[in-house]
Amino acid sequence: MLAYLVRRLTYGVGVVFGVLLFLFVLFFTVTSPDDVARKALGERVPPAVIEQWKANHGYDQPLFPGPGAWTENMLFEHYRRMLTFDFGRSDADDTPIAQRIRSGMMPSLTLTLPLFGLSLLTAIPLALLVAFFRETYIDRLGVVISVLAMSVSILLYIIGAQYVVGRLLHWFPISGFDSDPQLIVRFLALPLLVGVLAGIGGDVRFYRTVFLEESNTDYVRTARAKGCGEGRIMARHVFRNSLIPLLTRIILAIPFLFMGSLLLESFFGIPGLGAITVDAIQGNDFSVLRTMVYIGSLLFVFGQIVTDLSYGLVDPRVRLE
Amino acid sequence: MEAHIVSNAVVGVLLVGLAALVVGVRRSRLWSDAFREIWVRRRGAICVIALYLTVALLDSIAWVGGMADGKDAVARHQAQSLIDRLFVDSQERSYSAPLAAHEFYGGAPLERPGSHLLGTDLIGRDVFYLSLKGARVALLIGGLTSLLAIPLALLFGVPAGYFGGRLDDVVFFVMSTLASMPGLLLLIALIMVLGKSTLAICFALAVTGWVGFCRVARGETLKLRELEYVSAARALGVSESRILLRHILPNLMHLVIITFVLMFSGLVLSEAILSWLGIGVDGSWGQMIDQARNELSRDPVVWWNVAAAGAALFGLILSVNFVGDALRDTLDPRTIREAE
Repeated sequence: MLAYLVRRLTYGVGVVFGVLLFLFVLFFTVTSPDDVARKALGERVPPAVIEQWKANHGYDQPLFPGPGAWTENMLFEHYRRMLTFDFGRSDADDTPIAQRIRSGMMPSLTLTLPLFGLSLLTAIPLALLVAFFRETYIDRLGVVISVLAMSVSILLYIIGAQYVVGRLLHWFPISGFDSDPQLIVRFLALPLLVGVLAGIGGDVRFYRTVFLEESNTDYVRTARAKGCGEGRIMARHVFRNSLIPLLTRIILAIPFLFMGSLLLESFFGIPGLGAITVDAIQGNDFSVLRTMVYIGSLLFVFGQIVTDLSYGLVDPRVRLE
Repeated sequence: MEAHIVSNAVVGVLLVGLAALVVGVRRSRLWSDAFREIWVRRRGAICVIALYLTVALLDSIAWVGGMADGKDAVARHQAQSLIDRLFVDSQERSYSAPLAAHEFYGGAPLERPGSHLLGTDLIGRDVFYLSLKGARVALLIGGLTSLLAIPLALLFGVPAGYFGGRLDDVVFFVMSTLASMPGLLLLIALIMVLGKSTLAICFALAVTGWVGFCRVARGETLKLRELEYVSAARALGVSESRILLRHILPNLMHLVIITFVLMFSGLVLSEAILSWLGIGVDGSWGQMIDQARNELSRDPVVWWNVAAAGAALFGLILSVNFVGDALRDTLDPRTIREAE
């Protein structure tokens, strides 16, 4: 177990190093610091100003290690900064990136945590229901509705909900955010509705196939043969044994809750990490974007290790070696 | 060489490829039976896809000249597709509702009253025309990206699964690295660095999309490698490359087809999101939906632009999803689901 954990962690660190190398190639060699400076300052600035800007943002060292500059180069700096969480200042507006990320985390979580919970609480019971009525018209109808729901672009859900609920019915504000817990419910209602709607088709379909696969197994047939009720089979046999594929999907999603939702946040005016990322895209802010990719992959690697470990907890047959 | 000639040539090559594929399918008992079953189950959806394909094809064949003397002098010297030619001189000055005779705001008379089936947009372009042109963009994004991603995935996944060892370790590490970056963020980062051309966007989509299929291809190859007929071929002294090409690759083809179809709808939907973020492909439905941001907050509301683009997008994705489902059920009920 311990040996497994150590091996798994080492591999995780390797992957994070790989991600950092990829980001370096993308953000330092494919676009050079000079390009970034010109994007921030404008095309027609004198070279001296560009050099000054690069010095201010810590981009003024040679890119690769060489004689006399084994540690004073951008590659080393890039790894050092990212691994010590010293993200520096934004390319576009000079604000400290770490501070922006800290301030964006809470608004993101206030949206994504309830969204995550609500999605699970609607999709899993619905999928169980559909799987319970398998090979009937209810099942077929459920699948068709899921595919219909999946085929609508999330943009249309957002536009539709804002227009119908916000503008025609005036039930909820169209966008905005407030830290006051009483007001926040009104602001979150619409993004939550859209988020659940946009995900539910794919989720129900996925969980349904998982449940159906489990209900074709021998022990389910045995249970049925000895006279177990269908409801009891679903709850005790099918659902419990489906936990492994469910957990894979669920635990892996948890770390990403911190990242917020790019579209929902930027649309509904929630000042979370997703909205920060969208601002970075619109402002050509490479430093923020690269930090977000890095944090995202850190969370993913972490989530994957937790998922692997959780298999052992859910299913005693799994040995972690 | 001029752009439209290249594009015509590409269309020609694709058509020849498609014809070869159809002939190949008809020759094989297995494949023709499978496709007959899908045709029976999903006739409607297949017809809808064929309609989109036809529109995209008509919009892809372009040539210069041969236009009647219209007001649009510029268009006569540019390459125009069949669809462009049908809508020549359809430009008005501003918004007009479907089949209206006057402009939507202000009420000035239109140049061609009642001819705009789905109205016109902000700068007076016919919305029906733009919706038709969107089909080509959507199919281009889905098709080109798949043509890049699937061969890439096979190129790395199959040898990794077959030979194992160091090669497998390296491929697996690259896959884990790419997969650990949040998909949409990686996509955005790539596009911002590589530029916003159609090719760059398709390349970025391919880089983020090939990993999923690479994992499937590797896993399936691992299984196939252990089968008796592969061992038999090896024992008979068949070379490794021949085993890969003759015994492994053909048995992955059903996965290629399923992945292609399932990937396609995801790609087109991703492009819509990219358009929304301002980094999409020009002329896509996503860009038309993007304009709805301003249009729906006007008073009275301009609804036909977003409705047309949304319906066109929904129709394509829905029929592709339905066909994809049927394909998966018919060709392979298990493997792909495990990879999700």
